[in-house]
Amino acid sequence: MPLLKDGRVGDDPWRHPDDAESLPDDAPATVSLARWRTERDALARRAGRIGLRLPNDVSPLELAEDVGRFGLITLAFPRFTDGRAYSQARLLRARLGFRGELRATGNVLRDQLLFMRRCGIDAFEVGERALAENWPAALGEFDVFYQPGEDGRPWIARQRAAG
Amino acid sequence: MYRYDEFDRRFLEERVAQYRDQVRRRLAGQLSEDEFRPLRLMNGLYLQLHAYMLRIAIPYGSLSPAKLRVLARIARRYDRGYGHFTTRQNIQFNWIKLEETPDILAELAAVEMHSIQTSGNCIRNTTADPFAGAADDEIEDPRPWCEIIRQWSTLHPEFSFLPRKFKIAVSAAATDRAAVRLHDIGLYLRRNAAGEVGFEVLVGGGLGRTPMIAKTLRDFLPKHRLLAYLEAILRVYNEFGRRDNLYKSRIKILVQALGIDKMRDAVEREFGAMGESALPLPPATVAAIAAHFAPPTLAAPGADDETELARALAQAPALARWVRYNVAPHRAAGHAIVTVSLKPPGRPPGDASAAQMELLADLAERYSQGEIRATYEQNLVLPHVRRRDLPALWRHLGEAGLATANAGLASDIISCPGLDYCSLANARSIPVAERLSRHLAARDQEIGELHIKISGCINACGHHHVGHIGILGVDKNGEEFYQITIGGSADENAALGAIVGPAVPSAAVTGAVDTLIGVYLDLRREGERFPDTYRRIGAAPFKEALYAAA
Ligand code: HEM
Ligand code: SF4
Repeated sequence: MPLLKDGRVGDDPWRHPDDAESLPDDAPATVSLARWRTERDALARRAGRIGLRLPNDVSPLELAEDVGRFGLITLAFPRFTDGRAYSQARLLRARLGFRGELRATGNVLRDQLLFMRRCGIDAFEVGERALAENWPAALGEFDVFYQPGEDGRPWIARQRAAG
Repeated sequence: MYRYDEFDRRFLEERVAQYRDQVRRRLAGQLSEDEFRPLRLMNGLYLQLHAYMLRIAIPYGSLSPAKLRVLARIARRYDRGYGHFTTRQNIQFNWIKLEETPDILAELAAVEMHSIQTSGNCIRNTTADPFAGAADDEIEDPRPWCEIIRQWSTLHPEFSFLPRKFKIAVSAAATDRAAVRLHDIGLYLRRNAAGEVGFEVLVGGGLGRTPMIAKTLRDFLPKHRLLAYLEAILRVYNEFGRRDNLYKSRIKILVQALGIDKMRDAVEREFGAMGESALPLPPATVAAIAAHFAPPTLAAPGADDETELARALAQAPALARWVRYNVAPHRAAGHAIVTVSLKPPGRPPGDASAAQMELLADLAERYSQGEIRATYEQNLVLPHVRRRDLPALWRHLGEAGLATANAGLASDIISCPGLDYCSLANARSIPVAERLSRHLAARDQEIGELHIKISGCINACGHHHVGHIGILGVDKNGEEFYQITIGGSADENAALGAIVGPAVPSAAVTGAVDTLIGVYLDLRREGERFPDTYRRIGAAPFKEALYAAA
């Protein structure tokens, strides 16, 4: 599925094998949380980079010890109205200091991109429409924000303090 | 009143541009109705039975003459000449065209208004005591805190797709005029033993299918930690609130399932983990916002103000009656808070015409320091009126049908739009309210304070659960019936009403209410309001009277 990242729509370099499949030797690959829990030590020794597919009903705080090992964590938006992963994203960035790629998957829509970006999500699994409808532009629709965010852009309190 | 700075203005311009583009994409067929619906809802645009309905936020109920004039203009130009004030300090326009909504939002933006978060599963318009900054029983003005909450909650990236809508109310007075205990989060400004002012934080109130009164989560929260604490509550709710069942997804259900103690543990744990520096509210930031709400400079009363007023009252009993019911004490000597009733007998509660709004804008400039407030009881308030000016103000209001002397009385009925507009309704509510107010108006004074509240379905937009007498429209095999509850209350002693018995047909509602009032009048003791009598004598005498005849 196409990936929107760094303002461009491109291919996904990661593989996402399900639990029954074996992992590629050195290509970057994600695993389910269940697989991570049972094969943790073996996976940690693997040559290729490892990513985690985090379900949206598990607190990232349970993974506090592990997040440094992941190059990618995918977050789930089974329906765009199910906003649990917004909090997961903020906890991963602000509380746990996760610095790898945070990717939104599932029912990702243009008009939610900016909310996601502000919560620290920096990659988005998108459909073919993303190119035709200029989705990257959605990330630039605002430059004033009333809350601190996890994307490094200034928020209003700081701008006001700066005068 | 809060004035936008360059950042607020730029934000709102960006928002209007974004919405204009969304409407363009919808009209061009790039967005399906399913995809567009959440976007328009984030801007308060509902599709109703006959047309689109636009709900506009009146943050914490505060209006200036310029804002009210634009609302009047919208009523004239884009609607049918009137607007409807709701129980959530919003105004609704019921006859809106989709294509025109971006222009309406642009007109609103010019006077620092919008319809952001008047709908959808996000943090809704924050409501407050309509007497804020004027009431004589207030610890301090709650509006700066409402504005701080408004800004923080505006397009909050983490909390725009919550399990369900989320409502916050704030009061700083001894008398609760904001129904604080019926909100997802309720905030009371309180003074602690050390004399510091902070917040009592309540959680889990709400109406709808499963009404609940909020419980205290924290007795005392230092003011500068407000946003961090709100964020902790919302994060816990976002993680654990149910999403499998629309009717069980409000925070009240989570609080009920966990129990208030476990809820408190979860919130305090998250609050602690956020650290002292999360979402700071340094004194300079708070002071800069509070400066917008500096009290108006009110002239000292003249030596003959009260004698003049007394003479006018003696000459005009109708004026005296209006002053008795619609005028409340102000903290400043010689001044008063005036409630402008939008409940003339036999008319839809909460409606105001464009001409009435324009007149009120003028009167607010002349008599009330340019301030107008909307109340959850669907009335308007002029908060800073010199007592000496009351007779003149009353005459002007009367010429426009705005001097109904019934604030807080039986004919001051709250009602939702019901089946006349709403696609979720089981029954009509406005005509029931109209019949009742026409019938009861003549007896208002005899009955005294009485809150009748009507909803057209179990969603309870008309607050029926907390009416002294509550009326709920139900559908019985395609016929409109009404279930009646008694003993509810929305104030600081909030209580849910109890169902008196089987629902009655539409034609029997007025008679049933009469019967209930009759029992109250017969059995009340000196100074007792309807719920007081009910608490003392119980439901039995009311039930007997109501159903014995049948
Ligand atoms: C006409 C379109 C409207 C629709 C479709 C609508 C829909 C709803 C729904 C579905 C609920 C239940 C929410 C829940 O239980 O989670 C609700 C609650 C509520 N609505 Fe409305 N409503 C409308 C108009 C109004 C109006 C005109 C008012 C004010 C007069 C209003 C004020 C409220 C209030 C105060 C509640 C109760 C809040 C609570 O449960 O805590 N609504 N509305
Ligand atoms: S209570 Fe029901 S009928 Fe009345 S406005 Fe709300 S949803 Fe509509």
